[in-house]
Amino acid sequence: MGMYRVKEVKFGILSPDEIRRMSVTNIITSDVYDSDGAPVDGGVMDKRLGAIEPKEVCPICGNARDECPGHFGHIELAKPVIHAGFAKHIHMYLKTTCRVCGRVKLPENERQLYLKLLKDLEDLNLKYLVKRLHEFIRKRAAAQQTCPHCGAPQYKIKLDKPHTFYEDREEGLVKLTPAEVRSRLEKIPDDDVRLLGGDPTDARPEWMVLTVLPVPPRAVRPSILLETGIRSEDDLTHKLVDIIRVNNRLREHVETGAPNALIEDEWELLQYHVTTYFDNEAPGIPQAKHRTGKTLKGIAQRLKGKEGRFRGNLRGKRVDFSARTVISPDPNLSINEVGVPEVVAKVLTVPEKVTPWNIEEMRKLVLNGPDKWPGANYVIRPDGRKISLKFVDRKAVAESLAPGFIVERHLLDGDVVLFNRQPSLHRISVMAHIVRVLPYKTFRLNLLVCPPYNADFDGDEMNLHVPQSEEARAEARILMLVEKHILTPRYGGPIIGGLQDYISGAFLLTNKSTILTKAEVIDLLSVAGYKGSLPEPAIQRPAEYWTGKQIVSVFLPRDFNYKRNAKIASASALRCIDEDCPHDSLVIIKKGQLLEGVIDKASIGREEPESLVHWLIKEHGEDAARKFMDNVYRVFIRFSEMYGFTMSYYHLLIPPEARERIKSIIDDKKREVSRLIEEYRAGRLQPKPGKTVEETLEDEVIDLLSKRLLDEVADVITPYFTLANPVIVMARTGSRGNPVNLTQMAALLGQQTVRGKRLTRGYMDRSLPHFKPGDLGPEARGFVARGFVDGLSPIEMFFHAAGGREGLIDTAVRTSQSGYMQRRLINALQDVRVDIDGSVRTTNGEVIQFKYGEDGVDPMKSDHGKAVNVDRVIQKVVGWRM
Amino acid sequence: MGEEESINILEHVLVPKHEVLSPEEALEVLKKLGVSPKNLPWISVDDPAAKAVGAKPGDIIRVVRKSPTAGVAIAYRYVVVDVSKKEASTE
Repeated sequence: MGMYRVKEVKFGILSPDEIRRMSVTNIITSDVYDSDGAPVDGGVMDKRLGAIEPKEVCPICGNARDECPGHFGHIELAKPVIHAGFAKHIHMYLKTTCRVCGRVKLPENERQLYLKLLKDLEDLNLKYLVKRLHEFIRKRAAAQQTCPHCGAPQYKIKLDKPHTFYEDREEGLVKLTPAEVRSRLEKIPDDDVRLLGGDPTDARPEWMVLTVLPVPPRAVRPSILLETGIRSEDDLTHKLVDIIRVNNRLREHVETGAPNALIEDEWELLQYHVTTYFDNEAPGIPQAKHRTGKTLKGIAQRLKGKEGRFRGNLRGKRVDFSARTVISPDPNLSINEVGVPEVVAKVLTVPEKVTPWNIEEMRKLVLNGPDKWPGANYVIRPDGRKISLKFVDRKAVAESLAPGFIVERHLLDGDVVLFNRQPSLHRISVMAHIVRVLPYKTFRLNLLVCPPYNADFDGDEMNLHVPQSEEARAEARILMLVEKHILTPRYGGPIIGGLQDYISGAFLLTNKSTILTKAEVIDLLSVAGYKGSLPEPAIQRPAEYWTGKQIVSVFLPRDFNYKRNAKIASASALRCIDEDCPHDSLVIIKKGQLLEGVIDKASIGREEPESLVHWLIKEHGEDAARKFMDNVYRVFIRFSEMYGFTMSYYHLLIPPEARERIKSIIDDKKREVSRLIEEYRAGRLQPKPGKTVEETLEDEVIDLLSKRLLDEVADVITPYFTLANPVIVMARTGSRGNPVNLTQMAALLGQQTVRGKRLTRGYMDRSLPHFKPGDLGPEARGFVARGFVDGLSPIEMFFHAAGGREGLIDTAVRTSQSGYMQRRLINALQDVRVDIDGSVRTTNGEVIQFKYGEDGVDPMKSDHGKAVNVDRVIQKVVGWRM
Repeated sequence: MGEEESINILEHVLVPKHEVLSPEEALEVLKKLGVSPKNLPWISVDDPAAKAVGAKPGDIIRVVRKSPTAGVAIAYRYVVVDVSKKEASTE
């Protein structure tokens, strides 16, 4: 047999002839098994439909179960029934063709014109125009009241979903039987089918009305043998039995000339069973159910939806050598590591080839067996035989071990695994980690790797995969390890970095006022696993003291230089221009010594390009940066613990005189608002260009009550909050919160808005029933004059909730929309790659870009998209000068 | 409307420089890139810029344009009669 390439796939409808031709037997009886339990010939489990039992031989093809492809049978229906899946198409054909002569309801000259036009469009391969022409023809033909060919009057056809057609005649609605429908469809000439968008060779319209029903092979609907010995049949088998039973009864009625009403009832029942056999969720008819009340699964239900054949089995598959469990944090692991529970490590295995050098170890693992970690689950002999270590004499197997054997050993410390969290939107949603087998039942990971996975520990679960080949392991280690992904390919800055406590701790440690005793220094350095000698103490007398900056310097490479503003310098009051900085907000590192400046978000934070960590990676490699993150970040946390960093209610209190001033500011603003409202009521308010008077008023009020008010209040309260206050430490260093949050807690929340407007909806002309209708005052429209420290009044609480809800809805909408957009983008770009010559190509070799990004720069290794940072290079060559 | 005064679109600021390659040049370019002409991006003979430089089907056009990343970027186009036939021919 030669090899063929699939060029195209065409879908069509099976004709009754085709169904009979592919059938091996006519299924005639509703009995399935005889008294001995053997399948009945001519029943739905007829042996000729394919071998499915272990030693059965197929009577048709002579193959055993594994080779027999299965064979179709068929049921001759006593009367035709509509295929509900084609009801819409049938409806279209009935509407557009004559009920008497079956021709498309267009005058002959027009018909000829369209036929020619259609042929031309098809020759030119104008698919969209062809589609539009069909739609146009359908519309024109359906509108015709009398047939232009035979002059017969036409009636409206109604489709009562899923499978009943009515004709709207003078005497009222008349039901069309499937037989009538079929005879009309049969009359449509081939050319007219073509005009209406059909394909007369592969999908004649009358084939949409079934006269013969195919019976799928047994393998499609296997019966299950329960432990009790009772056979349980597949849903489709049940449905087919129903169809045969009704079909036989119907035939009997027809043959004996039973009353018409009786025949019609049976016919309708047959139609129902056939429809639910195809789709048991068809709207408009009751679902078919088991005796137990469980709904049956139709053919459509097998294919449809997330767990259906397509999405569940073909596009998504389950994989071996994988695990999934809840994640929890462990700051003592390296960012490259993942903590794997022992129970997981005993199930996941790595195939290891036995060599003269590892044979002793392998023997030990085999001896330990599957239940004792570290052990092994299987041994594969050179002849390919796989021996399970569960049930054999492990001593004997260990003895017989020789080079060439493969031992499927348990996961051990130091193995590489892939770690993943859904949604996998990124390449950094899957990274390689080094295994650390730990007790308990969760995967453990360093907090610093949360951002790339977007993980937290409120119950998140993650997946773990064990690469099985040497190539896969090497690839994972070299390309996918976490440390290779500290820099994001988006713009080249670090995506992994300190957050929250790490930053507060770093700030507190490197603060000017921090001095450490020898014991403290030893404690801090030992957390990082430092083994060298202590630096010279910065203060010798009266006792030896070290500064926090010295601790950081210990871990910096000797030749490292760095200069940058700290995050705290973003507040203008704390900014410095020259190196002599009284606020300590200019970070200066010379020759690996942190001379000046506090370490905060700008130096060690995530998504901070040009930061200390960024330069560390660029100049000393990922490995150095990883070690810095593993060790020094731990010191920061340790210091935070030593310091006892915390925040309380009292840190937010402000003195009474400040409260008074805030109150008077608020009152001022309120007065201004009421003045505006008065002006508006008196009709004196001038509208802004392009706005109504009402809109102008609202704009003014919002401006007064939200931004301007909050700014003024912030000015009042800032003097009371200094860097000695932990809240300010967090806000200024960038570890958590911002100055606005502070005002909201200590002073007031301000105006609440929904879609940029003050709150108005709820009741007629008012937001809550506590106010008079039409009240435009601040309180009635969602102004919250208190902060969290004072506590909100019930009304204010509701206003705040209304404003807060908007944010929640926004995030929900945004994630779903951007998710789908991303998916479409990825699907379009997934096969595009950068070739070895730097050009961007498709899999066919078509060039998309002659050089990636036109300059061939890898953004991950770039500085904000530029290949080199000239400033930095000059700095390195000529020394300090910025 | 009568005859419009014809303008040279190549002089427009937004139109990058187009030039038809000589067969020798074209061969050299194809060799350098390691592609067959059909794998280059296509340009229709009816394209205004292609018409302006007088390209014929089978020619290769060099486009030199400004690039925000690289300063100057050079691209090549294969002149074809019908751009929509792309799907069929790349098999």
